[in-house]
Amino acid sequence: MATLMTERKRSALTRGRLPRYTPYAIAVAAIIISAALLSLVGFNVFGWAVLSAVLFAAGNVTSAAIVEGRRKATDKFATSLVVGAFLVALLPLVSVIWTVLVNGVPGLMAPGFLTTSMNGVTGAVDNAAVKDGTPVLGGVYHALVGSVLITLWATIISVPVGLLTAIYLVEYSAGNRFSKVITFLVDVMTGIPSIVAGLFAAAFFAMILGPGTKTGFVAAVALSVLMIPVVVRSSEEMLKIVPNELREAAYALGVRKWRTIVKVVIPTAISGIASGVTLAIARVIGETAPLLVTAGFATSINMNVFAGWMSSLPTFIYTQIMTPTSPSNADPSTQRAWAAALLLIILVMLLNLGARLVARVFAPKTGR
Amino acid sequence: MSKRIDVSDLNVYYGDFLAVEDVNINLEAKSVTAFIGPSGCGKSTFLRTLNRMHEVIPGARVEGKVLLDGDNLYADGVDPVTVRSQIGMVFQRPNPFPTMSIRDNVLAGVKLNSRRMPKSDADDLVEKSLRGANLWNEVKDRLEKPGSGLSGGQQQRLCIARAIAVSPDVILMDEPCSALDPISTLAIEDLINELKDEYTVVIVTHNMQQAARVSDKTAFFNIAGTGKPGKLIEFADTTTIFNNPGEKSTEDYVSGRFG
Repeated sequence: MATLMTERKRSALTRGRLPRYTPYAIAVAAIIISAALLSLVGFNVFGWAVLSAVLFAAGNVTSAAIVEGRRKATDKFATSLVVGAFLVALLPLVSVIWTVLVNGVPGLMAPGFLTTSMNGVTGAVDNAAVKDGTPVLGGVYHALVGSVLITLWATIISVPVGLLTAIYLVEYSAGNRFSKVITFLVDVMTGIPSIVAGLFAAAFFAMILGPGTKTGFVAAVALSVLMIPVVVRSSEEMLKIVPNELREAAYALGVRKWRTIVKVVIPTAISGIASGVTLAIARVIGETAPLLVTAGFATSINMNVFAGWMSSLPTFIYTQIMTPTSPSNADPSTQRAWAAALLLIILVMLLNLGARLVARVFAPKTGR
Repeated sequence: MSKRIDVSDLNVYYGDFLAVEDVNINLEAKSVTAFIGPSGCGKSTFLRTLNRMHEVIPGARVEGKVLLDGDNLYADGVDPVTVRSQIGMVFQRPNPFPTMSIRDNVLAGVKLNSRRMPKSDADDLVEKSLRGANLWNEVKDRLEKPGSGLSGGQQQRLCIARAIAVSPDVILMDEPCSALDPISTLAIEDLINELKDEYTVVIVTHNMQQAARVSDKTAFFNIAGTGKPGKLIEFADTTTIFNNPGEKSTEDYVSGRFG
């Protein structure tokens, strides 16, 4: 005899579980209680948020421990820790972006900021801007040009050197002693303080071209010292994950090793290599110290990396803050510095987006 | 288009470790030879020495002679690239180039070597090779699509098409069906039967029914124990190996008593 079972109103399977609205109720209670507690000692928003979060986490864990048992309580405790750590990590990032946006947008919006240099902008101009309310003159065009050119040359130097080194390490060295030495030196180079790279380039060019040689190219050499190890490391990792089966497939077709590398291995890894290079560029475009000692300070546009001092965005920010154009009225300089900082962040963000785009464009195609 | 292979006194080493000992075997032109034996007995290692693919593995080296129609592959001054362009290979796992279309995969042997080829010739070669691999009808409408979008069995036939596109004399197959389902396996086995009209085919397989189905001659390899070198135990007509083997260990293996 078959009996049909109807659905029970209160399922035995959900016994010992908190109702679904519990976390919301605890959240509301935590917010109210923390507000009340804080009003006793003096209310502030930051403390309110922190105390609410702590009370909410504690309430959640305790209620779970009482009703649902130890496993659920541990789960909620770990979840609270993970989410809390995530928020703590996010806080400085959001704060930095917010500060730079608030301080940088007015300067970035100033007319001619992106299209003029600091040539002819003197303390008197800034004083007039503060006293008479005339627009803040002067811009970052020369620094933008300098940053782009110096980074471009650094990339031109670093990518071939770094990529070829990585190819040697992965494809040819077969783990011999020489390759271990190279790997070790590359690791050491990764840790070089950037000012040391700058001093190296400055000293090197002082030796071959005479002391005091400061050009964009010297700066590019300094940056490439910082960039090469990053390019080597990222390219090496990318080449290593190309499956050996593809190399064997090419060899079995009677293809020479160097052709296999150029036409099979590198195209397969190119998306990773390209995004690694882009990230290396993003890493060095914000370097300040090596540029201070290699490219000098310039206030006018210099398109030639091989002659004359050159400005760049980081050194522009540095000089605007440390030595304001008008010592008595520093505000216009500060405004320009923040705007340049915002521009630099935007550049780095664009490079990161570019890296993703490059990775997607070059990625091996799938589809039927 | 098809050449015989004669192997005499061949030892294969990985560093100091003797992996395969003293192989003497004669593979006829336009025939299918199957290598069977338990795992680790050196079948694949030996197969790789027939087109010097073992040199890709660090530390692997060979003593002895492998004659391709009388020319020793291991003579001084022989370029392994020349050897491999005459003795093609198909691997256990299908490995089409992921960055290339189906058409480019077939032409890979030509294109990667930068030989110039008029488009009409290239089209003919693509069609001929894909037809030769029984894949043409399935892919003729999507030659420009990536090769990695095909099914496993189709990918393996694409790899065979790629191998025959460089018109080798011998085709080596290292367990070509072990990653495939029975239907795809059947397609590959039919293909092997057709290939032997034009090529010398050598196939390593763990599937004894497959060896019985496709091969003219069968070589049984065995290993005395871990750390001992693999040896060629018996080499004879496939019917002899499976019905009336000369060695006790061969009989044990083909009858399923061990391995």
